[in-house]
Amino acid sequence: MTHSLSRRSFLGLAGATGLAAAVTACGGGTKLGAGEAAQSPAATFSGGEYSGPKVTLDFWNGFTGGDGPHMRAMLDAFNKAYSGRIEVRNVTRQWADLYPAVPTAIAAGKGPDVAVIHNDWISTFAARQVLVPLDDVVGALGLTESDFIPAVWQAGVYDGKRYSVPLDVHCLGDYWNAGHLGKIGLKEAPADKAAYAEALGGLKDAGVEHPFWMPSKWPAHLMFMSLVWQFGGQLYSEDGLRALWGSDAGEQALAWMVEQIDKGFSPDKVAIDSQYAAFKNGKVSLTWDGIWQINDLKTNAPDLKWELSPVPNIGGTPAVWSASHNFVLTSQAGRDANKMQAAKFFVDYMSKQSTEWAKAGMIPARNSVRQDPQVASLPQIALADDLDAFHFIPPLPGVGDVQTKALELAVAKAVLKQASPADALKEGVATADKLLADNKRKYAK
Amino acid sequence: MSVPAGAGTAARDPGSPAGAGTAGSPGAAASPGAARVRRMRPWTPWAFLAPYLLLFAVFMVLPIGFGFWTSLHEWDINVPAKPFVGLSNYAELFDPSSVDGSRFWTAMKATGIFTVFSVPLLIVLPLLVALLMNGRFRGRNLYRAVYFAPYVLGVAVVGLLWRFLLDGNIGLVNHYLGLDVQWTTDLPWAWVALVGVTVWWTLGLNSVIFLAGLQDIPRELYEAAMVDGAGARHRFRSITLPGLRPVTLFVVNSTILASANMFGQSYLITVGAPADQTKTAIYLIAETGLRQFDMGTASAMSFVLAAFLMVASGLVFGAFRNRQAR
Repeated sequence: MTHSLSRRSFLGLAGATGLAAAVTACGGGTKLGAGEAAQSPAATFSGGEYSGPKVTLDFWNGFTGGDGPHMRAMLDAFNKAYSGRIEVRNVTRQWADLYPAVPTAIAAGKGPDVAVIHNDWISTFAARQVLVPLDDVVGALGLTESDFIPAVWQAGVYDGKRYSVPLDVHCLGDYWNAGHLGKIGLKEAPADKAAYAEALGGLKDAGVEHPFWMPSKWPAHLMFMSLVWQFGGQLYSEDGLRALWGSDAGEQALAWMVEQIDKGFSPDKVAIDSQYAAFKNGKVSLTWDGIWQINDLKTNAPDLKWELSPVPNIGGTPAVWSASHNFVLTSQAGRDANKMQAAKFFVDYMSKQSTEWAKAGMIPARNSVRQDPQVASLPQIALADDLDAFHFIPPLPGVGDVQTKALELAVAKAVLKQASPADALKEGVATADKLLADNKRKYAK
Repeated sequence: MSVPAGAGTAARDPGSPAGAGTAGSPGAAASPGAARVRRMRPWTPWAFLAPYLLLFAVFMVLPIGFGFWTSLHEWDINVPAKPFVGLSNYAELFDPSSVDGSRFWTAMKATGIFTVFSVPLLIVLPLLVALLMNGRFRGRNLYRAVYFAPYVLGVAVVGLLWRFLLDGNIGLVNHYLGLDVQWTTDLPWAWVALVGVTVWWTLGLNSVIFLAGLQDIPRELYEAAMVDGAGARHRFRSITLPGLRPVTLFVVNSTILASANMFGQSYLITVGAPADQTKTAIYLIAETGLRQFDMGTASAMSFVLAAFLMVASGLVFGAFRNRQAR
């Protein structure tokens, strides 16, 4: 009797569990649109302290490099100052892993309430209804376009609403080995095309086998984009329907990159990350990399004598790929009015810490902060002398897919000598145009 | 016939209350035992199967069905509208001029190349290792452990380790061998690297399975063959290989499936380089579904890949069955 009873109840229990699991499995698939939360309006934020019950905010970012310790220090200070009221839980993961995870995790209610994302992702996430508008925070902070680089400011606006508070600007820089350049009598990095070629030739003669390594993957596409702008080209058309990087400017840009290999300045087929590792080991004289590597070089290559200069002007117009870290609120925070207020307060607080953040190797996004004497003396600030040189990937929803599937692949094919620059670009642009048309359709409401 | 046998078992069963109470009387013991057999309902086997069937349904059948349903839609994780598009995700994959189609078949080709080159090595080398390990010599356990050791490492460890060792310009492999080979950014070297690393990494598992198979072959067969004057090669062909047939079927099939599902090695060691040529199907499916959020296309890709793998498994089973019939 007891036997059959327990068996029956076991089966019943198992059945119920299975059914519940099945229902949630299906439900998870269909009600994923995070949008409904975004519409529930929370009280407008007008600055001042957060006064509601204690909340915990999940904060995601990709500061895994030399910038990480500074972000953590700022968070520790915040948590200490507001303990008992707001607790910010920090989640740091690689950018490449963070972006795919954010929308899915938010849909499951396990994502961030606040996050830092790059400017070129704002429109994509806004179109996906992953973000909550922040016009009131910007209003409370008294932020205006005139205090920012226009492209950074405009990237935060999608469909007439503001979704981000810009924190910084960061760009490619030209890192150079002072010892190597000293050997050929240079005290400054070569700044234009002719000087660069001459210096590289001199370095080769002075015994540096390969002074300037040309990567085929990251940051190859950042170098390519910088050069496209330098040669007077554009990346995408205003309406977001056509890729323009296959133009003459694009060909000249890519041809210059390939030329560095042909002239023997770079070895063939450089694997991912090895040009930076080789620079740290003193085998490379010049390399273009993000300014966020400053702290990594300081900590992990203490014996290397290096300097940082703006990316040289190869094409005739000063231009460099840049991006910006932006605070955003997600639709997950949007589900809870208290969280929303606390998160806005947190963004407000963090945005006022630009000076501290500049020590992480970044350039503060606000013009006024860059003039702060504490900030103005930092090595990367010199790169911001010419704000017109900063160029950004335009804020098109889904532009990230186009970049990886088309632009990055075209650059890789040319640098690996699988196709001539012209052929690689032609193929890439054809792919890009199809994807842009798809995106236009997909993100249209 | 079967009833007395069943009754006898029941009577001898010390755990059965009926058997214990009437141990002295076999006649009496027969009736409750027989009654219990008769009491079995038609659903009894299903009840025993139920826990497994339930797990199978919840974690296999439902997700597969849900995946197929997804593949019929333009299914973007966050975009609330998920329009039904019928088979057009599949049609796009078979349209070589579409972006996803050309990427998919490049990835399928990469998967095929990897499978064709890795599977034979992962069958023959582990078999040789197992034959060696099956002998009696000093330090045998140490050698077994040495071959199996890499397998306990995670793919992340293996991938990062070899990415730096194999780097064409700053890696130790080229440095010590005095070579100038771009192991991670050039073909065919990237394939040599990926297959080589995978063989080094997973050879131990197949060796252990073969070893277990070898130890299951009755020693008497070898003794009898030696008495008959069969040489070592003859013994291997006529006893070892046939004895290993069921194990080999398992190893071949599971190795093909594992190789066709290769992802971590090319994700970590070559990052798909050069120019996406070592980007395998699973890599592309993960990228399409989880990075570009295009679940519809990713599901369609998975089903096409699954169809290929089912055919491959069928062929392997067929090949082994035919030989058994002969």
